[in-house]
Amino acid sequence: MHDAAFGYGAEPILSALSLRLAPGSFHFLTGPSGAGKTTFLKLCYAELVATTGAVTIFGEDAARLDRDKIALTRQRIGVVHQDCEFLDHLPIRENIALPLTVAGRDSSAQDANLDELIAWVGLSARAQARPPELSGGERQRAALARAIIMDPDLILADEPTGNVDWEMSLRLLQLLCALNKMGKTVLIATHDMALIRAAKAQVQARVLRLAGGRVSAAGADL
Amino acid sequence: MSVAGDLIGLLKGEAQADRVVPRSGQAAKLTLAVSGAMAFLAVFALALSLASGRLADRWAEALAQSSTIRLSAPEAEIEAQTWAVLAVLQQTPGVDSARALSDDEQRALLEPWFGPDLPVADLPVPRLIEVIETPEGYDAAGLRQRLAAEAPGAVLDDHTRWRAPLIAAADRLRLLGLVSLMLILASTAAMITLAAQAALASNEQVIRVMRLVGARDTYIARAFVRRFTRRALTGAGMGAVLGMIAVALLPSAAEEGAFLTGLGFQGAGWLLPLAIPPLAAVIAFWATRIAAFRTLRGLR
Repeated sequence: MHDAAFGYGAEPILSALSLRLAPGSFHFLTGPSGAGKTTFLKLCYAELVATTGAVTIFGEDAARLDRDKIALTRQRIGVVHQDCEFLDHLPIRENIALPLTVAGRDSSAQDANLDELIAWVGLSARAQARPPELSGGERQRAALARAIIMDPDLILADEPTGNVDWEMSLRLLQLLCALNKMGKTVLIATHDMALIRAAKAQVQARVLRLAGGRVSAAGADL
Repeated sequence: MSVAGDLIGLLKGEAQADRVVPRSGQAAKLTLAVSGAMAFLAVFALALSLASGRLADRWAEALAQSSTIRLSAPEAEIEAQTWAVLAVLQQTPGVDSARALSDDEQRALLEPWFGPDLPVADLPVPRLIEVIETPEGYDAAGLRQRLAAEAPGAVLDDHTRWRAPLIAAADRLRLLGLVSLMLILASTAAMITLAAQAALASNEQVIRVMRLVGARDTYIARAFVRRFTRRALTGAGMGAVLGMIAVALLPSAAEEGAFLTGLGFQGAGWLLPLAIPPLAAVIAFWATRIAAFRTLRGLR
């Protein structure tokens, strides 16, 4: 991002954003509720376009991407939403395979990998359940599995532990740390300081604080 | 946004992709019902149009090949003038045959208006002479001149003044049938467009999730286009078959029934309604495709 700003109306809620997520890095984005963390993430996967400045995703200016290019870019980005939206009429296994389906890849040819991934996030027994039948933690893990099925370069997670207990939070964190060790770039938006401290014990994480519409490096209190 | 890609996808079918869009919903039932009803009506509009065409041709053919000579003369001269007219006709090129109608035939013609006991012989009813033409026809102006010389009371009616408005009416009826068919197809397109827009609007969450995981708009649109095209084809197929059965069950064409009993298909004409379901599918394909891309453009 270079001097990027965004606002839904005349007043910008994010401004003067300048930072770079290096490949393979691990970042936390923290800040109070309403600070603009979700908006920041949306700028990162071209759901929103900066009103001024530039957001460059994989070398391409996000403002110049047409819908097809946005789709192709998103195939390289795994997004875990706080509210974990799924297609409720499909079993969770098909939801996890959805990025393969929409990319035109035959998910049945990758059954073994898919089953392995579902087992890795601990959902083998729930693979045929519909999304509304899953608990909050199971939905978060399913969303994470869906986010990484395409082997993305960048993983964006918006409050991934917001609806789960501490034990499940640590488990999800371990999964994200493991992905980072595989070379994936990870950016997690959270206001859970305990989670950040737990992560710092496992990976080298950089913490960014979002306040007053601006982003800055967090202090040593973390 | 390749049309060829859409058509290939439509023919090939993509089981996995088709599952992505939920099957249930009012839009599905609406598309089936509208396509079925419109195809049913289209079969009748087509039948009307074809029957009108046949009627126009039949009238044109029947009236063009026959004409009538009306002979009014004092009773003492009527027989002589009749023979004179028949003699002229016999020598006229383009006349195949000619004969004077008998009293019974004239009574039968007048019976619908005056009842069965009409004393034709006692009334000053003109003698009627039926003239059948050869396919080449005769020179009406020349014949009139010769009749004026040989039988001054003879008036030639070559049916032209009757034929023209009848044929015009039948042609107009055929045109109305075709216009009805066009209106039915346009209404089908409008209804399917509305149904597709409703389906897209009610599946906004599905679209959002698909876009989030990297689906291109072409892929999303195709899922809807395939669904609506198949529904329209199925609905129109059922409607067309029911319409054809209904037309087949109409009373068969009979001389006395004239136009109303002839409202059906004949011979190869029965194949024409079979074009309605594919036509409905083509309309659904384009209507849904345009609606889908327009709606998707509106959703960021």
